[in-house]
Formats: sequence, structure tokens, C-alpha cells
Amino acid sequence: MRVPLSWLREYVDLPAGVTGRDVQAKLISAGLEVETVEQLGAGLKGPLVVGRVLTIEELEGFKKPIRFCTVDVGDANSTGEPQEIVCGARNFAVGDLVVVVLPGGVLPGDFQIAARKTYGHTSHGMICSARELGMGDDHDGIIVLPPGSEPGADAIGLLELVDEVLDIAVTPDRGYCLSLRGIAREAAIAYGVPLRDPALLDVPAHNGEGYPVRIADPEGCDRFTARTVTGLDPEATSPIWLQRRLQKVGMRPISLTVDIANYVMFELGQPLHTYDRTRIAGAIGVRRAQPGEKLTTLDGAERVLDAEDLVITDDKGPIGLAGVMGGAHTEITDGGSTDVVIEAAHFAPIPIARTSRRHKLGSEASRRFERGTDPLTTSAAAQRTVDLLVGLAGGTAEPGVTEIASPAGPRTIAMPADHPDRVAGTEYGRETVVRRLQEIGCDVAGSDDLTVTVPSWRPDLSYPNDLAEEVIRLEGYENLPSTLPQPPAGRGLTESQLLRRRVGRALAGAGYVEAPSYPFVGAEAFDQLGLDEGDERRRTVRLANPLDDTEPALRTTLLPGLLGTLRRNSGRGAHDLALFETGLVFLPAAEQTAPPRLPVDRRPTDEEIAALEAALPDQPRRVGAVLAGARELPGWWGAGHTASWADAVEAARTVAREAGVDLTVRAGQYAPFHPGRCAVLSAGEQVVGHAGELHPRVTKAFGVPERTCAMEIDLDLVEAAGGARAEGPRVSTFPVATQDVALVVDADVPAADVEAALRAGAGELLESVRLFDIFTGPQIGEGRKSLAYALRFRAADRTLTAEEASAARDSAVASAAGRTHATLRGA
Amino acid sequence: MSAPNKSYDPVEVEALKPDAIERMRTDALAAIAAAGDLEALTHVKTAHTGGGSPLALANREIGALPPQAKAEAGKRVGQARGAVNQALAARQAELEAERDARVLVEEAVDVTLPYDRRPAGARHPLTTLSERIEDIFTAMGYEVAEGPEVEAEWFNFDALNFPPDHPARETQDTFFVEGRGGSGESGVVLRTHTSPVQIRALLERELPVYVIAPGRVYRSDELDATHTPVFAQVELLAVDEGLTMADLKGTLDHMVVSLFGEGMTTRLRPNHFPFTEPSAEMDMLCYVCRGDSVGNPDRPCRTCSSEGWIELGGCGVVNPRVLTACGVDPEKYSGFAFGFGIERMLMFRHNVEDMRDIVEGDVRFTLPFGMEI
Ligand SMILES: [Zn+2]
Repeated sequence: MRVPLSWLREYVDLPAGVTGRDVQAKLISAGLEVETVEQLGAGLKGPLVVGRVLTIEELEGFKKPIRFCTVDVGDANSTGEPQEIVCGARNFAVGDLVVVVLPGGVLPGDFQIAARKTYGHTSHGMICSARELGMGDDHDGIIVLPPGSEPGADAIGLLELVDEVLDIAVTPDRGYCLSLRGIAREAAIAYGVPLRDPALLDVPAHNGEGYPVRIADPEGCDRFTARTVTGLDPEATSPIWLQRRLQKVGMRPISLTVDIANYVMFELGQPLHTYDRTRIAGAIGVRRAQPGEKLTTLDGAERVLDAEDLVITDDKGPIGLAGVMGGAHTEITDGGSTDVVIEAAHFAPIPIARTSRRHKLGSEASRRFERGTDPLTTSAAAQRTVDLLVGLAGGTAEPGVTEIASPAGPRTIAMPADHPDRVAGTEYGRETVVRRLQEIGCDVAGSDDLTVTVPSWRPDLSYPNDLAEEVIRLEGYENLPSTLPQPPAGRGLTESQLLRRRVGRALAGAGYVEAPSYPFVGAEAFDQLGLDEGDERRRTVRLANPLDDTEPALRTTLLPGLLGTLRRNSGRGAHDLALFETGLVFLPAAEQTAPPRLPVDRRPTDEEIAALEAALPDQPRRVGAVLAGARELPGWWGAGHTASWADAVEAARTVAREAGVDLTVRAGQYAPFHPGRCAVLSAGEQVVGHAGELHPRVTKAFGVPERTCAMEIDLDLVEAAGGARAEGPRVSTFPVATQDVALVVDADVPAADVEAALRAGAGELLESVRLFDIFTGPQIGEGRKSLAYALRFRAADRTLTAEEASAARDSAVASAAGRTHATLRGA
Repeated sequence: MSAPNKSYDPVEVEALKPDAIERMRTDALAAIAAAGDLEALTHVKTAHTGGGSPLALANREIGALPPQAKAEAGKRVGQARGAVNQALAARQAELEAERDARVLVEEAVDVTLPYDRRPAGARHPLTTLSERIEDIFTAMGYEVAEGPEVEAEWFNFDALNFPPDHPARETQDTFFVEGRGGSGESGVVLRTHTSPVQIRALLERELPVYVIAPGRVYRSDELDATHTPVFAQVELLAVDEGLTMADLKGTLDHMVVSLFGEGMTTRLRPNHFPFTEPSAEMDMLCYVCRGDSVGNPDRPCRTCSSEGWIELGGCGVVNPRVLTACGVDPEKYSGFAFGFGIERMLMFRHNVEDMRDIVEGDVRFTLPFGMEI
């Protein structure tokens, strides 16, 4: 809402010398978001005067048409002689009144005017366009003033060129601030001065003689005022002051009747519509549209109406979308309509909002109705429109007045007088509370328990807290005390939250960089991952309105996002990359259910809450990692180490270790992994994730480096599998006995199986087993490999004898032989 | 080791004359002093103290002396051997020290060599900043509450007093999950704020409730320098008997002091949100200029555009209708809530200029933030 300070002063006696910035600060403090204060005419300097065009000589021979004019500027040039001016515009004629800046004047933008030679003549000044005067960008041509001004008169004052305009972002609850009347009320309160309410007009009552109106939907329209003005002068144009005020609030002047309706809307906040009476057939009606009915609106669009649309009708059908936009057929035509019917109605916010949204059609009227207009202002707004049409267009007000109003009592709110104090945490006292409520237009009765009647223009006030907010904001949010409440002792982070932090630290400590990615995916990502058509991960939660139509679904795996981030980094020149992400994936339920529409006037039952939950997808938390390039760099210390499947498995182990889980690893085949380099990760019997090197086709499809490795693990499952507190071990101080064994097995025997067999056979004395070498070659035999293990034995209560250690080793080897057909190398 | 000599050998006994013993001692000391390294010293030691050395032989002869001469010869030989051993030990220590010094010098390395063998990792600053904020409040007794990102509209809107036609419920602001058969009416959205977690907390927890709700939220904005469709938010909810807007103000003040240091404060400006009444926009004092740039054209501030304040987010007193929807008696309990975007906080706390840097996952952006923020 744009508010010219000069217009505001018409209703509020702001102290002399108050600037737009001052008013801005006051209104901000009262809770209005005044975004800017525009300084109109800043730097403008006269002489800038009204001139009458006396002669026009068309100059030939130039690239564009040029006129050499003489202009009567009265005594403004101190000679009284016609002023000679060269002009490039053509939208004026001899006898027109124009605006002339004389040499010595300065236009906005520090445009200094001096006599100058141009096109073979000396131009003593300039005939001005609206743009050059900072009045708006609408017209390229020069300004032609309506008749009535004297040549030589000061145009700066006439055109109100110097002004300040506040631009206010009005929150949805403060519809009344979409009017000068509403802003003036706030300014009057802020400055503690009286308000001259422009809606306080004497209005005639309904008399049955007015234009017939039939309201079929009193819910949608509870008030309708219709007035008629006849005999409008088709030649009448909007006076300068009216045009200027509309320009300043951001409206383009169109025609006198339309301008007046707009003017009254900005003044009082009540949208009006004017109909050419000769084009309405019979009574005006208000009803819901019939499905499929059509209406061509003022913007020329033919609209197919919905059964919920509230429409204005005549005998032939819809003539307007109520509160949103009028129809083209009954439109006031410039200079053609002499008899008009004025509509000033109150429409319910929700139907207007829905219609506006449904037809993607917003208007100044719909903005106001959506936020709630003052239902008691329809008569005054109609009267104000009548007055202006009579005064400016020479019309005659018909005595007939139509006033239709559904019965509605004033709205009251019961509130303890100290409620604002208790909400704020400070003491205003009853007197202040009552005074503040009265200032915003409430009637207040009662002492300790107040009965507050709220004003008709404040539909947002319904509950005691609404009133408390009014008191607190007028007393100043900045004056609230600052106190700190004392919550009861908390229990700190949950185990799950602590685990997530540990996992993040462990992975970052292991060289991974956290890279959260957007969860949006499309079928392309699944194709790139090489997922089968029937892969579970292709079953997604889909968005009805995705940002990007190629990514309409939510991720079921973290890998596409991580690989995208890897590719971006790689494309920017990073080669050695290790990334991780912890985040949710979204797994649709087997059968999608719709959540029930629950009320909000009570707590939902447990069954209702369960039904809501059932409508949501499963959203487990995963940890994923991808890595490419060097895991360890080569350097003066020696060789480096390229990131491999083993690092990916280790990343998963790192995660699991933080949860106290020892992962079991076995070989598997699972997209998007290399079929021979994929580890299936389990916690107990539960598969919790996969790790390994990516399939070469996948790295190619994603455009990531060859041999990129990855892992993804379900943190919720890992957490569920772990959680046991670590038991303090009994540390034996007796000496260790070390035994190395080299076992030869078939090449396809998993090392994990051999180790498990060794552990099973070694018995209680085994402290640790570690694979320290793998050897293949002719000595071992084709299709065989040798695994060298260091076994460490120790007893809790004694020094082991060599015989005991050897016996334990032999038992371990025997177990390996039995389970994996291992033979002792060299045996 | 030989047994004492019982027969007297005049030739051998000759060797125990005092000047002979003295000569042995002088020779030995000279040889020790002349030994240039540890190896030479070892040879000297063998020659002058070994079993075949003159002093050892002399010592052996003592037993053959007549008893009256034994004592004196024993004393003389003993003194000589003592002096030689002492000199040996001293020289040994001296030479070892020389050797050690030489070896350590030879082992010197260039300790300025770089060692970027294993590239560093880092946690994302959105994670660590969120944790830092969580920690401020858990220290006060708040608990961290969480909820799903795909959320029922009832939690995300209805219970928070959003009327059915509120503009936030439009597709231009909110991502809607597709319903059965591709319809838009699923009743399920990507949560647009973490406020549904507040509702869940009120439904699930015993009163009073003091929680902080961090998490990922979604709005259908295109990514640009200041917007992202997926962002992180922290919200706080306190519901107890007698909580006031002043308590809200104090809690906010405490937070900005914890995050930015002493002297920081917040400012509330009236605003409108469905879930709070009264509602406010919260600003914090500009942590760079602390307001000094206001009306001071000589010292302009880029961070706050010389406004002195930085807009943080929204807050207010929990709308009693929200409490009612959660089964909390608004006559008995009141509460306050606030919320703000972590990205924005990160941008001004750490001088980040472009939102895209935060969301794109470039390791060069994330690495400097390390493990904690
Ligand atoms: Zn600043």
C-alpha cells in the first residue's frame, strides 16, 4: 500500500515539520512494515509553469519529426512574450495547456535546463513529459493538462510534484491498512492526534426506489449498496489532483468514473464497481455460478466459471466475478456512459480468495476482500462515489437507494483486564489497556473483566490474545522486558542424536567431507544407477508440484545426490574426494492411504494420530559415502593409496562402530555396485547396507571418475542393532604368546570365513587374530591363495606354556581345515 | 683365574717393583687418553685391563710374594688398576657422548616438509551450526525434538491454525505429495517449517514442554543467491504455566549473546503468523557495527546495510488455538515459539555471500569449517 504523505495529512494533523522518515519510524514501531519512503520531486527546481501552446511549426529535414513552438507562459519569463521552444513530441495541439520548464530550472536527476541551439533554432526551455517530471513511466508523450489552469501558474504546486510516499507491506490480518483511512488511524494513534474519519458521511437509508438487487447467497455477500447517478458529462476528465493521487498510489488514471471508483477504494478501503446502467438487463443478482457458465472479464479473458465462484448477474447471466473483476459487457466506456450504477458490497473473504486463485486473477478489489473489508463502509463509500460523480462529472444522484444487509450484531470479546499484562509479562494496567483498545476503535465495558466490542473494520480481532497484541504493539514491542524462564532439568540429547553426531565426527575424522544434497530424484538417476525395472528403490514418493519435472520424486537412496556432488566437485578440478551425507530417504507404504481431515478444536484421538502417521511414508535415516581418487596421497614419504572398495567398507564399519555394532561382511551383487566388488553389510542377521566399488557403467552414466567407490547404510537399523554399553574388559598382565600360521585355501574362499573358522577353533585363549599377508603364485598353486595370520594367545591367570599356545594354534588350524579346507602352508 | 702361587719366582716378583707398577699405570693412562674412538678404546681396554695385561699379570703375582711384601704390593697394584678403570670409564663416556652427538646431527630432517598424506575431512557448517544452537538450549534444559520431513497437512498447517485457504498452502509455496492415482490431494506435504515438530512435541510429551526443533524444511523456491528450496531451520517451543512475551524476548537475547558474544540483543517488531498471537518479527543487533553505522555515513555497514539490525525470523506467543488443537488447556498454559533459517544465520555469522555455496557441497567451501563451528 502506497501512502502519499500529502494525502495522509488530509485526515491527520501530523506535527509541522514531520518527514516521511519520521512517520515511517512511528508506523514501524506500531507494527506496520513501512518498506520505503519515496521522495517525489527530489531535486526539482522551477521555474516550472503552465503554458498554452500558441503556434506549432513542423520542422522538416530531420531524422525525426521536430516541432518549433511558441508558448504563452504568462509573466513567468518576466517578459510576457511567447516562449520559443523546440519539442520532439507530437501529442499536443495549438491551444493545449502544457508544462514548461524555463531556463534555470532543474528537473529530477539533476537535469539542468538552459537556452540552447538545436535543430536550427534556440529552444528557451522544454515542454515536459510525465516521466521527466518524475510522475510515472506511463506516458512517453508530454503532459497535456485539463482546461482550467492559467498560463504562467506554478506547475510544481499544481501537479503536487514534491511529495513523500510511504510504501507499506500490509500483513494479511490488517486489511484495513489497505486504505488511507486505515493508515490514517494508525498514524493518528502513533502521534496521539485525532483522526478525521473520511467514512463519517451522512448516508441515506434504503428506500425501495433504488436499482433492484437480489442476493441469493447472503453468506457470500451480506451487504450490498447500489446507487445510481445519471447525466454524467461524457467530456468530463479527471482533475489533476485526482489523477496525481492515483498516480502516487500506483494506479494509472483511466477515465473519470473509473478513477473516482479507484480513488474511493484507496481512500476508504471499500472496492467499488460501476456499471453502465444501459447495459444491465434487469435486476442485479448475487449468486454462485452454475458450472460451465462463461464470463468475459474486463481484461478480455473468457472464463469458464466454477460452481464455487460468486458472481454478479443480470437477467442474462453473469456480469462480473464478485469482488474480483467486472465483466466486459457492462463496462463503463470512456466518454460513452452517462448513467452508472454503483456497487459497494461486502463479500466473504474465502470465496473471493478461492475465485481469485482459481482464475489466477488478482485485483486491487480482491486483495481487499480477501483480507476482509469493513462491512459498515459500503453506504459511505457509495455516497462518496456519488458525491464525486456529481461534483466532478456533472451528474445527478437519483434518489433511489438500495441497501441490503443481512442482520449481524456487533462482535464482542470477553477478556480479563489484565490479560495483555499476562501475555506480555509486564504491567500496563487497566487504564492503558482500555485506552489503547478504544484508540483502535473498540468499545470497552466492564472493570476487571472487560467486554470489548471490536470495530467493523477489524475482522481479525476474535480472541483475547488478538486484543493483547493490539495493546502490546501500541505500547511498543521495544518496551517489553527481557526475562529468562527456568525450564525443568532436561535429559540432554537422545542416544540417537548423540550417535548421529559421533558418526559425523568419525567420518569427518576419517577424511570425509559432509555434503548434504537435495532429495529430489527422477527416473534418470535410477537408470544411471542401473536399477532393474522391478527394483524396490524405483518405488518413490512423488511430488504433485516438483520444481523440476525431471526430478518429481523423493530419494530412496542417498547415492544419486552424493554422486551428483562428487561430479560437481570433480568438474571443478578436485580429484581426491571423499564425501558423506546423513539424511532421510523416503519409502512409500505398500498401500498409500489419505490422512483423515482432523478438527483443530480438540486434541485428536490416538487412533486419529495413528491414521495420520499411517499416511506418511517410511522415512529411515541413512548414511552414505562416496569416494574417488587418492585416499592417501603419494609424496616424499612414499607411495599413495587409491580409494578402493575396502575404504568404502571401512567407512561403513566406521559408522557401525560408533553404534557399537561389528558389521558382518559378505560378498553380494547389488546395483549400483561392481558385481565382483560389492559387500553386503549385516548387523547380526539384518542386512543394513552395501559398500564397494561402483559398476563401471554406473560411473560412466553419472560422469564420475572411474573406480568411484560408495557405501550406504541404514543408521536406524544399525542403531537398533547396537546400543549395548561396552563392558569393561579384564586386562591380563601375563605375557602374550604369538603364533603365525599361513593357510592355503581355494582363491574363492572368503577371508572372513577363514578368520571365523580360526576364531572358532582357537578357543578362549585367543586374544586377537590378524591377517597380515596374502600370497598367490606358482608355489601355492593355480586357483589357490595363502593367507598369513598372526594369532595372539594369552591367559587371564597364568603365563601360557609353549605347549598350550601350540595346542590352541593347532586347534584353530584344524577348525580352518575343517570349515574351509585350508591346509597349513608348507605342511 | 689362577690359584695363588705358592712358589716364589724371583723374575716375576721383580715385576712388582714400585717403579714397574707405576710404568704400567702410566702406559695404560696414556693409551686411554690416546684412544680416538670407541673401537680404539675397546682395544686399549683389552690391552691394559684384560686377563693378559701387565697389571692383571702383576696382580696375579701378588700371591707369590712373601707375606710381608704382599700387603704393600697389593695396595700398589690395586691403586693402579683402579686409576686405569676410572680413566677407561671416563673416556668411554666421553667418546659415547661424542658419537651420540654426531649421530643425532646426521639424523636431522627438514621438519618443514608438508605432510598432506591423508586429506582432511569436515562436517557441513549447517550441521555444526545447528548443533551449536541445540547445545545452547540443551544447556538450559531444553530437549531436541524431531519429526518426519514428509508430513501430514494436519501437522504442518491445520494444527498450527493455518486456515484452509491460507496462501502458504498454495502450490507456489508448498511441495505437495502426489495422492493416489496422481491426484494432488494427498493431504501430505514436504514440511514447510519444523513447526509440525512443535505439534508432535505437544501431543507426545508431558507438560511443561521446552523443546528445540532443528531440521530440514522445504519451500518451492528456485535456488538463487538468497533462496533454496531445501533449507535448514531451528524452531523453539516453550509451553508452561505463566510464560510471557518477555520470556520470549529474554530467551532470544540469551541465544544471540551465546552465538555472537556479550552486548548482543534482539528487537521485536509486530508481524502476523497464524500460529502465534501476538506475533513478531525478530531482529538482532548487527554483530558487525553494533548499530554504530546508523545515521553515520562515514562508517557504512555492509552486513546490515547501515540499518543496525539484522532480520532473523519470526516468533511470538503460541496461539491459544494451537494449544487447543494439541489438547493443552490455554487457560492454564501459555507458551512462546520462534524459528529461523540456519542458512541465513550461517551467512551472516560466517560472512557467506551466496546461498549456492552452502547447498552445492563444494569441499572447498565446507573444509574450513572443520568439526565444530
Ligand atoms: Zn551493521
